This record gives sequence, structure tokens and C-alpha cells, in this order.
Amino acid sequence: MAAVTTPNGFELDDSGQRVVVDPICRIEGHLRIEVNLDENNVIRNAVSMGNMWRGLEVILQGRDPRDAWAFTERICGVCTGVHALQSVRAVEDALDIQIPTNANLIRNLMMLAQYTQDHLVHFYHLHALDWVDVVSALSADPKATSELQQAISRWPKSSPAYFSDVQKRLTKFVESGQLGIFANAYWGSPAYKLPPEANLLATTHYLEALDFQKEIIKIHTVFGGRNPHPNWLVGGMPCTIDIDNAGAAGTVSMTWLNMISDIIDQSIAFTDQVYIPDLKAIASFYKDWGFGGGLSSMNVLSYGEFPAHPNEYTNHSFMLPSGAIVDGDLSNVHDVDVRDPTQIQEFVSHSWYEYPDETVGYHPWDGVTEPKFELGPNTLGTKTSIEQIDESAKYSWLKAPRWRGHAMEVGPLARYLVAYARGREDIKEQVDSLLSELGLPITALFSTLGRTAARGLEASWSAHKMREVFDELMTNLKNGDSATANMDKFDPSTWPAEARGVGFGEAPRGALGHWVQIKDTKIDNYQCIVPTTWNASPRDPQGNIGAYEAALLGTPMANAEQPLEILRTIHSFDPCLACSTHVMSHDGKELSSVKVR
Amino acid sequence: MKDEALVLGIGNILWADEGFGIRAAEALHAKFEMPDGVRITDGGTQGIFLLPLVRSAKRLLIFDAVDFGDPPATLKLIVGDEVPRFMGVRKMSMHQAGFQEVLASAELAGELPGELALIGVQPELLDDYGGSLRPSVREQIGPAIRLAEQVLERWGFELRPRTSPPEELVGPGALDIRDYEEGRPLINGEPS
Repeated sequence: MAAVTTPNGFELDDSGQRVVVDPICRIEGHLRIEVNLDENNVIRNAVSMGNMWRGLEVILQGRDPRDAWAFTERICGVCTGVHALQSVRAVEDALDIQIPTNANLIRNLMMLAQYTQDHLVHFYHLHALDWVDVVSALSADPKATSELQQAISRWPKSSPAYFSDVQKRLTKFVESGQLGIFANAYWGSPAYKLPPEANLLATTHYLEALDFQKEIIKIHTVFGGRNPHPNWLVGGMPCTIDIDNAGAAGTVSMTWLNMISDIIDQSIAFTDQVYIPDLKAIASFYKDWGFGGGLSSMNVLSYGEFPAHPNEYTNHSFMLPSGAIVDGDLSNVHDVDVRDPTQIQEFVSHSWYEYPDETVGYHPWDGVTEPKFELGPNTLGTKTSIEQIDESAKYSWLKAPRWRGHAMEVGPLARYLVAYARGREDIKEQVDSLLSELGLPITALFSTLGRTAARGLEASWSAHKMREVFDELMTNLKNGDSATANMDKFDPSTWPAEARGVGFGEAPRGALGHWVQIKDTKIDNYQCIVPTTWNASPRDPQGNIGAYEAALLGTPMANAEQPLEILRTIHSFDPCLACSTHVMSHDGKELSSVKVR
Repeated sequence: MKDEALVLGIGNILWADEGFGIRAAEALHAKFEMPDGVRITDGGTQGIFLLPLVRSAKRLLIFDAVDFGDPPATLKLIVGDEVPRFMGVRKMSMHQAGFQEVLASAELAGELPGELALIGVQPELLDDYGGSLRPSVREQIGPAIRLAEQVLERWGFELRPRTSPPEELVGPGALDIRDYEEGRPLINGEPS
């Protein structure tokens, strides 16, 4: 290839040293990144290979549409509820089922809790250690850490003794080395910029976040009957609520609702007093690391989420609006119609599937999923052991979704940009205040850190929204409306012979859609486009690159053997690759590796 | 309040033998009534999100499909400190949250269950999306249940055989193994 410019404006040059980062897990096994570096260790070509979701449409064919949510809850290891929600919405849309007010409020509450929890877990457990050096935390001065904590937040756990205790616990744990949770990272890399006390502060909050995580998920247990894998229902929610009865079995009582109210208060306190101040503190040390923007300054997409009014999936109703921004024109946000066959289309010219004509794309309602695994002529290695992929040919199990032909970025940053450009005051206020505190222009958002910051702001926004939605739910219940489900059309004998529908919204990771076709009361076709498919998308027939590939370009690496910068940027998208990693070989066999060739 | 014991089935029922852990947990639940304080849960593939459950258990028994490097359908009981070793491999970074990280995080939080046991089966086939357990692996559910019974007895729990089917299922009814297998679509007369 040597050097080319893609239609979406990126320069690719594959002539330099190739680095392969392969966190391969064998089932649903997700993501592999290959990059080429120039002589200064700057990324000049990036290739994202994914393997997900092969054949979901096949396994759902012929099933009862009312059960689809239970299957879709299992397709991904992490995002259970979000798939269940879009699945029941798709079937409700197909059958024209109107859900009651309480069901809409409860769904919003569960999704807001999911946002808060997911973002928090992502930041502290999956992403912070791309920025925070735990080993450096061991040498921090607890007194300096305490001063830092008191300077940035009024969070009460801030005494030197507290940080000293945590440090001792951490030291003991790292020295024991039994379980290796902190092994195999790149501690000491020059890419880490925080002083020891900031490292200790963030590591301490990592531990506090472990504690907090236990609380917030109780919201799902209460309304979904259990967790993980809460129950969902076509037509509403499966729980019954009785605010006058202290504890009838299987009923959500006032005691439980009070517990949820407490958890919401804790969520607000934790996000505002711990998460956001940490984010600002970390960001202030990485202000000059402005890499990773990729598509975010050009093309972003949101389907919209959190309908304020039941059954109204429009911008009149969405608390986070839908829209598409193209070519960075924030003054003209396009409306998005997930039913329009000319808007969302999937291409497979670089995917391991086959279409009769691969220059065209298909809308999900017309979706085709015919696997075709073949490697390009310049592949190194074999089919079962690829050493270097040939990205000029088919190279990923992900299809390439496009909006009106454009590669798009999805996720919290995309949502925030769309909301900002749509003039939503609550979002603008949050964004402007963060930027002014850090002394950064709005363009600073178009970066890896911008993605991470938007996620943090959204966690706080979600926690506060939970309070509003909860209060609304309580008002509605006290006014005597206790309906949680509409079962009028639950019986298949009431259904038309053929119907089709779409469930769409925003998962924590970005735009998610389920498209269903029902024939003679059974599923005839089911297609999903998940957020990671948008972001990790391979190239399309025109040669446009997707969000991951774009975001990696131009990033300098401190050390090609330690791909910390690649992880940082890919992790900033919250990739859906933690799923199903637990079938593993017994010790010694390494399923993940970094290869430099 | 903590659970006295947690029986956790992990895996993905949509991936053939990967569903072993969940199916074993379901079978244990169908056969026995658990004493107070013993909870059986379908953990799916929730990774780090299972941490709250693990931390709230005094004792933890896991059912899972594990690559021991043994012949297909080999069943093994692993106990104590050996368990984490079998629950994950060295990975590129700690960011790939597998179950090993869950155990490590529980320990870091000072809440690693006091007793650990893993009943694992060597999978025969994983790459059959929408498929169920292979017959060889399915045959190990019975022996796996007996092992679980022994482990729980050793921990001081007496299991009573059920006289009638349980009212609540471990997983959703739509994914019950019989419905799941019978509902599999046929393509050209063959299972898809």
C-alpha cells in the first residue's frame, strides 16, 4: 500500500515497523489491533480486527419474540440489560404495544443506574490504570495525598492515616504477588505522568469504587428481580410495586424504594465528590497528551436515550438527544431515522461475510449474514495462527456500519457532542464548566481524554437524573397508578401475520439497535448493530476507516514493546471485549501477547 | 448480610460446552433444596460485575468450563488456593477482566471467600453458537452435582432432595435447556 489518503481524510502508511497487540480470547473473542510505526514510533497505520456476534440472527430465527430479550442478554458478557431493553422495545414497536408510565420510568431508572455503574467501573477498574501507576502509589507521601484530596474535593475520606492504611494494604498485596491483579501492566513507563500522591489517591478510589459498585447494582436486583441477568418483559416491566404493603413476597415495597433512594444519594455523592474531581486531577497532568481524537472531531452519532414520555422515542422526549454530526459541522445536526433504508447500512467488503454485491450496504431489516472466512494474499501466518493481517482484503468479523455512507464514532463523547450542538443546556453547562476549570478549548474534547471526560460527566448527569426519575416514579405511584405492564397484546393470537419493528437507544458504550421481523408469531429475522461494531468497524468499500483505526493514527508510542498508548485510546471507547474471557487455558499458556515485527 | 455459601455457574449457554457452568448450577438447583444462606446464581459472563456477589459470600463454589489441557469432558474438582490459578491466564494487562481478576479484587478488598472450590469440565466443543452441551459434557452434569454435594457437605451444609420442582428457576424459562434445544431452528432440515 505504502501511503494513501482515505476518503474520510486520514493518511495511512503501512511501510514502517508492524506492532501486533492481540488480547485474543477464543470465544466472542474480540479485538486485535495491528499498527505500523514510523521511525519516530508514531502510529501511521492502524487495523482493528474483531470477532463478535457471528450468527445471532440464526439462533433467534423461529423463536418466540417475547423470549428474544433473554437470548440477547447473553450475547454480550457485560451489557445484559441494554440488549434486553432494545429487544423488548423492538418487539413492542413491531406489535404496537404501548407501555405504561411506570414501566418507562423504571426502565429509565435501570438504564441510568447502568450508565452510572458502567462508567464508574470502566473508569476505575478498566481505564484508570492506563493513566495511574499503582507501583508509584507505593512511594507516595500519605500526608501529601491527604492535602491533594482536601484541595480537590470535600469527600470525607481524606486523612493522612486513611491513605497510609490503604498504602500498607496495597504494598502487602503487591508484594504477595499471589493473584497478579497488578502484574503484567507497564508500571514505570515514561508514558505515566502523575506524581506519586495522585497515583495513591486514584488507587485508593479504585478500592472505594469496588465498595460502591456493590450498592448501586441493587437497583437492578430490586426492579429486575435478580442480578446479574435481571428479568424484562415485552409490554412493560415484570415487577409489581406496592407502596402500602411492607413486604409481600415478590413485590417491590416502600422499604426497597427507600433503599433505592439512599443508593441514588450515594451515587450522586460518589460521582460528584470522587469520580469528577479525580478525572480533573488526572486530566490536568495529561493536558499535553491530546491524542486519540480520530473521528470525534468529524463524524459522531447518537440514537438518543431516556424517553421522558413513555412510547415516545423522539427528540421531543429524549433526555439525551439523537442526531448525527458530519464533517465537524456542529451548527447542523442531522436527524437520524433508524428505519430509513438509506441511512444506516452495513458493508462487508472487509468483513468475513459475503454479499452478492459488496459495493453496496444493507439496512438491518434487509440484513444478510453469510460467513466467508478468507485471508488476503499478503497475510503472514496461517488461518489458525495469523501473524500479520492483510487489511486490503477481508480482515474482521465485524461488519462496517455506516450512516449515509459515513464512518461514525458512537459513545458518551458522541452523545455529549450531539447534545451540546443541539443546545441542551444541562449538558452545555457541564461541559463548559469542566473546560473552563481546566483552561481548555472545546477542541480538547476531540481526544482520548475527551472521551474519558465525557464519560465521567455523563456518570454524574445520570446519577442526578436518577433522582429526578425516582421522584417522578414516587409521585406517580402515590397518585394511585401502580401499573407496570400492558398485557393487552401479549397473547400471540392478537398479533398480525407479519410485523417488523426496531428497538433503538444508547447503551453506555454508544448507539445500539435491534431490528426484528416477526412472521406467524415467530422471529423471522433479527439483526443487531452494537456500539463496538460502529467504533471498531473495519474499512468499507470506499476505504473509509472506522473510529478505532482513526483514533490511533498520529499517536507517538514511548516504547513499541509496551503498547500503553494503544490501550489507553482503545480503552477510552470502553470496548466490549471483556466478555467471555474466562475459558482459559491452565497456567503458562499465554493467550494474549504483543508482537513487534 | 453475607451468604453462607454462593454456588456460581459461569459461562455462556449460547456457546455449546461453554454453558456447562450454568447448566450444572441449574441442575443442582432442580435436584436439591438449598439450606438457608446458600444461594445458587447464574453468573453468565459478567466478569468484574460479579465482584459484588463474590464479596458477599463466605464460601464460593464455581461451576465452569475450564481448559485443563485434558481430554474432552474430563471433570475436575479444584479447591482452595489452586482455584485462582485455573480461573485465568496471564494476560497482556489487567484490563481484561476475567474471573481471576474478580477473585483478586475480592482479595484486595479483604473479602475473598474463606473457602473456594471449582468444579470444572474440559469442554469438547465451544464453536457452535446457539448449540447446547455436547453429549459427553452433558453426561458430566450428574457427577458434577455429586461433587458439589460433597463440597457443600464438607462445608457443613446438608442438601435435601426436592420433592417437587422449584418455584423459581436459576435462569429465565426461555433459556431452559429443553426449550433452548428444541427451539433451535432447522436449516435445510439440519440443526443450524
